[in-house]
Amino acid sequence: MDSTITLTVDGERRELTVDTRTTLLDALRDRLGVYAPKKGCDHGQCGSCTVLMEDRRVLACLSLAVAHDGARVTTAAGLGDGDELHPVAGAFLDEDAFQCGYCTPGQICSAVGMLSEVASGWLSHVTEDPEGPVEATDAEIRERMSGNLCRCGAYPHIVAAIRRAAP
Amino acid sequence: MIGTEGSGAVGAPMERIEGRAKVTGTAPYAYEHDFPDPLHVHPVLSTVPRGRVRSVDVSAAQGLTGVRATLTAPDVAGTVGAEDREFAVLQDGEVFFRGQIVAAVVADTPEIARQAATLVRVDYEVDDHEVELPPARRELYRPEEVNTGAEADTARGDADAVLADSTVRIDRTYRTPREYNNPMEPHCSIAVWETDPERLVLYDSTQGVHVVRRTLAEVLGLDAERIRVISPHVGGGFGSKGSPHAHNVLVVLAARALPGRAVKLALTRRQMFSLVGYRPNTIQRIRIGAEEDGRIGALVHDVVETSSLAKEYAEQSGVCSRMMYTARARRTTHRLAALDVPIPFWMRAPGEAPGMFALETAMDELAYACGLDPIELRLRNEPGRDPESGLPWSGRHLARCLRQGAERFGWDTRPELPRGHRDGDWWVGTGVASAVYPRLTLPGSEAEIVLERDGSHTVSIGAADIGTGTWTALTQIAADALGCGPDRVRLRIGDSRLPTASVAGGSSGISSWGSAVVAAARAFRDAHGDRPAPGARSRAETPENPEREEYAMYSFGSQFAEVRVNADTGEVRVPRILGVFSAGRIINPRTARSQLTGGMVMGLSMALHEEGVVDPRFGHVVNGDLAGYHVAANADVGRVEAEWLDEVDPHVNALGAAGVGEIGIVGTAAAIANAAFHATGVRVRDLPLTPDRFLG
Repeated sequence: MDSTITLTVDGERRELTVDTRTTLLDALRDRLGVYAPKKGCDHGQCGSCTVLMEDRRVLACLSLAVAHDGARVTTAAGLGDGDELHPVAGAFLDEDAFQCGYCTPGQICSAVGMLSEVASGWLSHVTEDPEGPVEATDAEIRERMSGNLCRCGAYPHIVAAIRRAAP
Repeated sequence: MIGTEGSGAVGAPMERIEGRAKVTGTAPYAYEHDFPDPLHVHPVLSTVPRGRVRSVDVSAAQGLTGVRATLTAPDVAGTVGAEDREFAVLQDGEVFFRGQIVAAVVADTPEIARQAATLVRVDYEVDDHEVELPPARRELYRPEEVNTGAEADTARGDADAVLADSTVRIDRTYRTPREYNNPMEPHCSIAVWETDPERLVLYDSTQGVHVVRRTLAEVLGLDAERIRVISPHVGGGFGSKGSPHAHNVLVVLAARALPGRAVKLALTRRQMFSLVGYRPNTIQRIRIGAEEDGRIGALVHDVVETSSLAKEYAEQSGVCSRMMYTARARRTTHRLAALDVPIPFWMRAPGEAPGMFALETAMDELAYACGLDPIELRLRNEPGRDPESGLPWSGRHLARCLRQGAERFGWDTRPELPRGHRDGDWWVGTGVASAVYPRLTLPGSEAEIVLERDGSHTVSIGAADIGTGTWTALTQIAADALGCGPDRVRLRIGDSRLPTASVAGGSSGISSWGSAVVAAARAFRDAHGDRPAPGARSRAETPENPEREEYAMYSFGSQFAEVRVNADTGEVRVPRILGVFSAGRIINPRTARSQLTGGMVMGLSMALHEEGVVDPRFGHVVNGDLAGYHVAANADVGRVEAEWLDEVDPHVNALGAAGVGEIGIVGTAAAIANAAFHATGVRVRDLPLTPDRFLG
C-alpha cells in the first residue's frame, strides 16, 4: 500500500509517495536521493542512519516514513550554514575523526543531538552527580556516543572533536 | 629520494581532500549514484549447510506486483564460468554452505524485492555437514601454499631434539575465533548492462576496481575493455572488499536479465556474514625451548585452521614465527580443514593478526617461566638477520620500538609479579607485545600525469581510498615529485578507466601506487623538462626493486596495554593502549595516526569482543549482526596513542615509506591478554577475553 507524505528535509519541503513499509531511511535514500544518512545495519544497531528531528537524534532505519508525515528532518548535509560547516562537522575535520567516512554523518548528527541533551541536563549511565549540572566530559561523550559504531576505530578522535566543539 | 627535492608536502599533516564531503555526507558511496527508476535485487540464501537444490518455486514471488525478474539456477546456468565456486553463482544446485545464494528477485523497490525473496520456496536434498574445528570426520590437509604465496611448512634444524634438550619449555595451544570484517558500509553495487555491443558498468564498493574488472571479465567471459568499474569512495573494507564476491556476480546476472536498467544490490548486514569473507578460526600450538637466560633454541608453530570446501583459503598464521625471533631450530606448519562453511578471506593483517596473538602470548608465558621482564626477553632474542632467508633487514627497529614504548608507557613502575595491584574492585595490570607486518609492494600499477591548461597536473591511477587517506597521500606524493604545491595536483582514482592499480591490501598501497606516481613524475620531468606545455603527458609503472632480493623488509612495532579486570564480574576494561611503530617514512602524520590508532582499536575489539558463534547443528553464525557480533563501541575504548620512529627505509622504494593499514592491529590482542594475566594471574589463551574466563 502506498501513501503520499511530505517531509521537510534540510529545509526543503518534499512530497513523496512511499510504501507503508518504507523506513524513513529508505524514503530519504531511495525516494528522495538524500544520501547523507547511511545504511549500516538497517536494525538500529550501528547509528549510521542518525538524523535530527526537532533537535533530537533519531535512527532513521527504525522509523517508518508514514509515521513522520510533516516532520522536519535534518541530516549531516543540512547542518551547516551555507558553505559554513557546522562547528561539530568542522571539529571532525580538524581532529581527523573519521577515516572511511561512512558512519560520519550519523556520528555528527548524533553528536549535535547529544550535546543538546547534555545542555538540557539529561542524565546518562556515567553521570556522577544527578543533582549537579551535566557536563560533556570524555566519559559522558564516550557513553552517549556508543550508539554510533565506527569500524575504522576513530573513537579517540571523535571524542576529541566533540570535546572541541562542545560549548 | 623524494621528499628532499619537492615542495615539502610529504610529511605534512594535510587535511583529507575529501574530508569536507565526508563530514557533510555528500561523498557518494557505491549505492549512492543516482539513476532514473533503478531496480533492486535481493538474494535468497540457502538454509542448509550442504546439499543440492532440488527445486525452486518462484510462482508466489512472480505474482507480486512490481517483481521484474526472478533468478534461479535453471534460468542462468552456463552463463558464467564455474571453475571458482565462489563466482559460480546459480550455475548448478550444489550448496556448499548455509547462506549461499540459491535464487534472487529483482523488483521495482527494495521493499518489494525483499518481500518477494521471502516468498521463494526452495526444496533441498540435504547432505551431512561439518562446520567445526577440529573436524571429527574430515582429514586435515596441507595446502600447496598459504595466503601471499608463502610455503605451508618450513623447517630448519632439529626442533624436536633442541626442544628436548632445553631447560625451559613452553607448550601451549591458542585459539582465535571466526572474526568478521564488518566495514560500516555493507557491500553494495549498481550494475548496468548494455547490449549491442555488450558493456557492463559497475559502481562497486571495492578495494580495487581493476581486480573487480579482471575477475568479472574472466567469470563472464567478457573482454575487460567492455567492463568499467567505478568506486570513488569506499566505506571501509578491511580486506573483505579486496576481491569481488558472489554478490557482484549476482548483480551482473540481474542486470543482464534486464538490459539498460540500473540494478542496485545492497547486502544486508546479516547476508555479509556468509557472503563476503571472514577471518577463519585457528588452533595454534606453540612450543618454545629456551635456556634459563631466555635465549630461544627451538620454536615450533603448528597451525590448524578453517578453510571452506567451496574454495580454499589458507590464512598464513604461522609465518610470523619464521622471522620474529632467533632460534637455531624452527618449524612452522599449516593444516586446513575444508568445511561446509562460507569462504574465509582477508581480514586486516591476515596471518599476522591471529599468529602474533599466539606467538606474543607464548613469549609472555616464556618470560614468566624464565623470570625475565617480557621486554628483556624479546631483546635477548633479536635476530641479526632474517632467520629463514638469511638476508639482512632493510631496517629492523623492534628494539627501539620496545624501549621507546616502555619509556612513554611507564613500564618500569609495574609490579613484577601478576596479581600485584588492586584498585578497589579492580585488578590492574600491564602487558606488552611486539607487532610486525611485511613491507609489501605489489606489481602492476601504473600512473599517468597530464599538465592541464590552468597549470595544474592531473594524476591518474585506479587506486582506492577505503578510509586510508589515499586521496590525500597520493596528492602529497605527486606534489613533491612534480615540485609543485598539492593545490596544483588533481588526483583521479577509483575508476577502471584510469591506469591499472593493484588492490588496496597488505598495506601495499603507498608503496605500490606511490612508487608509480613518483616514477610517472620523473618520466614527466625527463620528457618535458622544466617548462612543459599544456597537454604534456607521461606514464610509468611501479618500478621493479632489485633490493627486494637483497633485504628482508618488515615494519615493526611495540604494543602496550593497561587492563583492569573486575574482581567480582570479570569485566575487562582497557583504559590505555600505546603503540610505537617503525613504518618507514610517514607520508601524512594526520591520516597515518588515524590508521594506526584505528588498527589498535580493532585489535582491542578482537581482544575483548569479537567471535562469530557457529551452531554446529545448522551451520550458521548465530550472532550474525551488529547486536550479536559486538565490535568495540566508543565506551569500550579509552586512551589510544600511536607514535612512530623518525625513519626512512632506503631500500623499500623511492619514498622510503611503508603502509600502516595493518600493523596497528598486530599484537594488540596479545598485549591486552598479557596485561589481563598480569592483572589477575589468569592466563587466557582463547580469544576473546570474555568475563567468564576470569571467574571461578
